[in-house]
Amino acid sequence: MQWRGKWQWPSVAVIVGLLLLLPFVLPRFYTYIIALIFVTALLAMSLNLTVGYGGMFQFHHGVFYGVGAYTVALILTKTKLPAWVAFAAGPVAAAITGLLIGGFCVRLTRLYFGMLQISLGSLIWAIVFRWYSFTGGDDGIHGIPMPDFISSLKSSYYFILAVLIVSLYLLYRIVNSPFGRTLQAIRDNPERCEAVGVNVRRHQLAAIVIATFFAGVAGVLFVVLEGSVFPDLLFWVLSLEVFIMCLLGGWFTFAGPILGAAIIVSLRTFVGIYTEYWTLILGVILIFLIFFLPEGVMGFLMKRFAPQPKAQVAERGNHAQG
Amino acid sequence: MLRVEGVEKYFGDFKAVDRANLVVERGEIVAVIGPNGAGKTTLFNLITGQLKPDGGRIVFKGEDITGLPPYKICKKGIARSFQIVNIFHRLTVFENVQVAVLSHRGKSSRLLETARRMAVRETMELLEAVGLQDKASEIAGTLSHGDQKVLEIAIALGNEPELLILDEPTAGMSPEETASTIELIRRLAETRDLTILFCEHDMEIVFSIANSIMVMHQGRTLIQAPPGEVRANKEVQEAYLGGE
Repeated sequence: MQWRGKWQWPSVAVIVGLLLLLPFVLPRFYTYIIALIFVTALLAMSLNLTVGYGGMFQFHHGVFYGVGAYTVALILTKTKLPAWVAFAAGPVAAAITGLLIGGFCVRLTRLYFGMLQISLGSLIWAIVFRWYSFTGGDDGIHGIPMPDFISSLKSSYYFILAVLIVSLYLLYRIVNSPFGRTLQAIRDNPERCEAVGVNVRRHQLAAIVIATFFAGVAGVLFVVLEGSVFPDLLFWVLSLEVFIMCLLGGWFTFAGPILGAAIIVSLRTFVGIYTEYWTLILGVILIFLIFFLPEGVMGFLMKRFAPQPKAQVAERGNHAQG
Repeated sequence: MLRVEGVEKYFGDFKAVDRANLVVERGEIVAVIGPNGAGKTTLFNLITGQLKPDGGRIVFKGEDITGLPPYKICKKGIARSFQIVNIFHRLTVFENVQVAVLSHRGKSSRLLETARRMAVRETMELLEAVGLQDKASEIAGTLSHGDQKVLEIAIALGNEPELLILDEPTAGMSPEETASTIELIRRLAETRDLTILFCEHDMEIVFSIANSIMVMHQGRTLIQAPPGEVRANKEVQEAYLGGE
């Protein structure tokens, strides 16, 4: 389901080159928006590991994003620990939360999985929202001190871009590994997968832990960009938005969620200037999506322009016989 | 090799399988027959762990496997196909079989290797064995029904089982497809040293390839015997064969 043409890596290099130049040509505000798209794209990509590749109803992914962000924020404001400890602790805390919540969820199937995750996730949101003395409640935490090397917008842009590239590379390796292939097999047919000797629940849980780890990475990057955290990061509305990014971009493609994140973040920013009813626009987008692009924008483009993405397997197979 | 002793399964008050017995010796082709609703599929699901028995014992190679989860039973050397096509629809034919091969080799959890270069030769060899090699790169969901049923068998072979269980392998196939699938099963049993347990509605097929036939009726085992003896049995004729 990936585009494996010979132009793949060169075009990735060109895109990265362009992204490196952007902060020099774009106004500050646009640099900020693009960095925000990077952060959100990583969040959507991590969600898609469970939704698009794993076929799981990961309805409350925002919680792990928020846990990652709050962990960094709390360590940086309340302790004297060095920044790198906080940056490492964010994803780990998110992954542990993923292990705990996921451990309950994988015992259920489909919709029940999603319902339970919303309940457990909302519980964490409620704690963050209410515990004023520790998390700052609905005020959040502001003015989080950042290390010097990422204190300016430009430097944080490059930091975020670097972490994004490394994360995407790892995710790419993971979805194309035996683990990723087996995960897709579970998505298609868990019963059959168990009958070929795969411990389905354990495999799903491992996927959730990996996905929530990268959601935590995105949470860390959010703090790097914004210098503040607030409970909305863990609210279910954000989870829904990220879910829509996956669907909109194309949840059966690797890069689809990036496109989805870019579209949604841009729309939210620029439509938000003209109207307060952003969610209304979001709803209309969702309706169009369901009717006209059930496999997302990227899925649509790939079907339209790359009708033979799988031809290589046969060649390789024939080669192996000869 | 496989002994099923007095196995029971209830669905509410309904006894789907009622103290069924079955013996499969190494190298045999054993058929389970019986009218619709006799409990054949349920019995297979109990053996391979999709369902947990409410009573009785299932012993494979001297080891009690009663109530183990399917993935553990698979690791012991029992693989199966399903009556209703049960494949990975969005994956290619190649990937469908490869998933099983990778699982059998304990490589399903490798995170940073590249799957498309792994177990290629073994997977292609299995696809050739069932005659699907030319369709390796097609998406499994787009295959014809007959090809999907054959793909099911290839997936099951990916685990290099000692005992292969086939639940109505020719259900829904055209007469030509049925004939070639039966030929395939016969060939697999010979060349791969497989023991096969299957169920099937077509009596001609059953009596032509089975060494031993178990007749089920209302969840019970009526008899298990060689084909000639089964054909001659009065009880069987009344319950089942007589009706045709």
